[in-house]
Amino acid sequence: MPLARLLGLLALAALTLAAPARAQGTDVAPILARFALDRFPDTQAAIEALAASGHPTAQPVLEALNEGRLFVRTGDRAIVWRDASGPLRLAVSGEAVADAPTRPVRVSNAIRRSLELALGNLSLLAPDPARRLEAARALFRTRQAASLPLLRTALERERDLRVKRAFLEAQAAIVVTATDAPELDRIAAATVLADRGDREAQGVLRAAAVGAPERLAAEIDTSVRAIETRLSLLAMAQNLVYGLSLGSVLLLAAVGLAITFGVMGVINMAHGEMVMIGAYTTFVVQEAIRLHAPHLFDASLLIALPLAFLVAGTVGMAIERSVIRLLYGRPLETLLATWGVSLILQQAVRTIFGPSNREVGNPSFMSGSLDVLGLTLTWNRLWIIGFALAVFLALLFTLRFTSFGLRMRAVVQNRRMAASMGIRTHWLDALTFGLGSGIAGVAGVALSQIDNVSPNLGQSYIIDSFMVVVFGGVGSLWGTLVAALTLGTANKLLEPYAGAVLGKILVLVFIILFIQKRPRGLFALKGRAVES
Amino acid sequence: MIFSRRSFIGAALAGATMLAGTAALAQDTIKVGVLHSLSGTMAISETTLKDVMLMLIEEQNAKGGILGKKLEAVVVDPASNWPLFAEKARELITRNKVAATFGCWTSVSRKSVLPVFEELNSILFYPVQYEGEESSKNVFYTGAAPNQQAIPAVDYLMETEGVKRWVLAGTDYVYPRTTNKILEAYLKAKGVKPEDIMINYTPFGHSDWQTIVSDIKKFGSAGQKTAVVSTINGDANVPFYKELGNQGVKAKDIPVVAFSVGEEELAGVDTKPLVGHLAAWNYFQSVDTPENKAFIEKWKAFTKNPKRVTNDPMEAHVIGFQMWVKAVEKAGTTDSEAVIDAMVGITVPNLTGGYSAMMPNHHITKPVLIGEIQGDGQFSVVWQTPGLVAGDEWSDHLEGSKELIADWRKPMSCGNFNVKTGKCGGRSS
Repeated sequence: MPLARLLGLLALAALTLAAPARAQGTDVAPILARFALDRFPDTQAAIEALAASGHPTAQPVLEALNEGRLFVRTGDRAIVWRDASGPLRLAVSGEAVADAPTRPVRVSNAIRRSLELALGNLSLLAPDPARRLEAARALFRTRQAASLPLLRTALERERDLRVKRAFLEAQAAIVVTATDAPELDRIAAATVLADRGDREAQGVLRAAAVGAPERLAAEIDTSVRAIETRLSLLAMAQNLVYGLSLGSVLLLAAVGLAITFGVMGVINMAHGEMVMIGAYTTFVVQEAIRLHAPHLFDASLLIALPLAFLVAGTVGMAIERSVIRLLYGRPLETLLATWGVSLILQQAVRTIFGPSNREVGNPSFMSGSLDVLGLTLTWNRLWIIGFALAVFLALLFTLRFTSFGLRMRAVVQNRRMAASMGIRTHWLDALTFGLGSGIAGVAGVALSQIDNVSPNLGQSYIIDSFMVVVFGGVGSLWGTLVAALTLGTANKLLEPYAGAVLGKILVLVFIILFIQKRPRGLFALKGRAVES
Repeated sequence: MIFSRRSFIGAALAGATMLAGTAALAQDTIKVGVLHSLSGTMAISETTLKDVMLMLIEEQNAKGGILGKKLEAVVVDPASNWPLFAEKARELITRNKVAATFGCWTSVSRKSVLPVFEELNSILFYPVQYEGEESSKNVFYTGAAPNQQAIPAVDYLMETEGVKRWVLAGTDYVYPRTTNKILEAYLKAKGVKPEDIMINYTPFGHSDWQTIVSDIKKFGSAGQKTAVVSTINGDANVPFYKELGNQGVKAKDIPVVAFSVGEEELAGVDTKPLVGHLAAWNYFQSVDTPENKAFIEKWKAFTKNPKRVTNDPMEAHVIGFQMWVKAVEKAGTTDSEAVIDAMVGITVPNLTGGYSAMMPNHHITKPVLIGEIQGDGQFSVVWQTPGLVAGDEWSDHLEGSKELIADWRKPMSCGNFNVKTGKCGGRSS
């Protein structure tokens, strides 16, 4: 088995580290030449031999390979590598050479694992604590007994507490799975892992339980159970967070509709397309930034927000002036007309941007995840939760505290009275519709981060949006908030048990039953305006 | 009978008009139907196939067409609407009199047009990988059957990656459900325990993958190597891979092998966090052969877009079209019955450096490639079958299907011949 051989060699490498003068003597040229053969077994053998050689070029070459920066020069098949930006360097000597046509050395998952192991061993004694931490994590995953002596040396030298802990855990992971280790050592190792208490530790413990002696098996069993209890509590919390996150997406999609449908009573089937227009605005902004000012990329969403609001709002107002204005008070015709408008908008976008998905990048602050007490919270979802609430509050503020909001509410409550007080109700209708559409556009900016930017983007949200508004109570913003969060959470709590498809159906059935009981939704508006 | 001079002249005249008639016919064209959605959900995938058909037809015309006639493409838009596929197919065959049709993507659209092609006895070339369990006299399946994609991919994971636990994740419709049924039976036959298989279905266009990805992480932490076999279709893949990347699921720990993700689908994704995840196809754009290089150059020139990518169903159309051209030339006519008979045994070069042959069951032979996603949205081939694999329409791993075979050569001419009872089950499926 090549891995075992590699580890034997690595142990040798640890020894040769002490005698670098002798290691320098190893000729790496024939080893490097194997990278040029472009066959996985040869690449694997070259990695093993290189790691074992202890040659100073081993580390930069293996790191370059790991990051896809190791190349074969086309002419003479020399192995070269480059830094993120620097010149090409010859792998044999590290000497910089002129740029030349190259092809990358290919890697597969098996090779990536060998690299992880080799680099893990090479960087256990690295001066940078972050690299040592990474090496410890790699060892924890690979659990190769042959790395143990090197790991012990590293442990003795280690001063950084975090790295030390990671080293101890890696050591425990190796010891607990080593069938030839004394049972007492293995039990002690099991307790270290139990303290770590996450999925990975549980996985290691489970693997160790296979064929373990009685006392150890009992110890592992209790640890695994303790971790399981902790994790199932965490899973509950995680589902709640996921529910909140889905709820905030629903809220974003529906809050614009709460204005056009909820406040104005227009059944706007083109609402989803406003979301899509917002997403495409983001795409155009990002393209422009990529072309002209790449350093502004992280700010692209901030720039896209007001633009998406304006573009979607303008389109919304144009639709109101040209189509919906003529159909007030005729809900069925409005429904059909806006459905037509939505198809026209979709096909227009398809003609302009093409039918395929467009790539909208995530700014760096929205990529990756945050680990809180073992909960994995992805940054893009966290930002969207915050953003949805911010949009909601801003809208609430506009309606409650601005003169535009005051007039809008006046027109909704009593159009003729408002008109006789000097409010231009037609103009206000257009503005209100524009506001609702603009907010949908802003939602599109956020949704472009988690969904496909394609002409069909809007269609997938239109039904959910109507569901939220109807469930929450037509005309009530608070109702929309509560409904969105309730539906999101209910969906996510059901999903682990019922599956995604059945979960959605159950939620839909629940809403139908609920509407039977309370036709006006959660937060019904009261008063004469409603009765008429 | 005595010929009078007049009647002789009359006959000669009639003969002359007939000759003139065939001369006029030579100016005529052979019509080829293109039945791909240009609007609606499937437009994202199918528009490309329409373009590739136009390119192939243009190219054939530059070579002088077939049988001395030019080809003419008749493009219709079934708008991702399954019943409309059947209507448009009927329109192509009866009104436009097309000689053959190239089209469909989803299995449900193929099932919708199947009765039309059988009733009117016309020819359909279907270019997409599918679930099998079907063989029709009138359909030529140039995409992969499950044994040309799913089974070799699972074998690769078992042998090379040592996978012991399996997540079968798919979109909730006929292709993933049938494929997963076959895979489940196959895995169990290989000794995988039922508790080591997790099956999960999601609706079309699913975008919130948080719960499922965290379930996969949980399932994968049982101390044994885990892999995800994904039959997730279309748009839903982008948020799925984004969530995988964000939750830190790395290919070297839990690899995902996909059957519906190609170069075109990855065009809308930043692939850097996905490097190392796998896909199984019969063609990749990155395959380094002179045929493929020439094809990619032609494609980029035809679409006037240097960034356009090529993918597996496109290659299937290239193979299917070449086969049809050869069959028509061999039969000397575009008449369906003669062309269908001529098709079996036709062999044409594919783009991966080998030859594909049409088998008696109307499926073709193909190599199976496993590719890893690269940072630039392309695939790097990490494994391939040593030879060609013949498409197996009736899976050997399903009850009620393993004793069936299809052979459309005369005198058998049967799509579901039961080798146990020695009887033909009737029409296509």
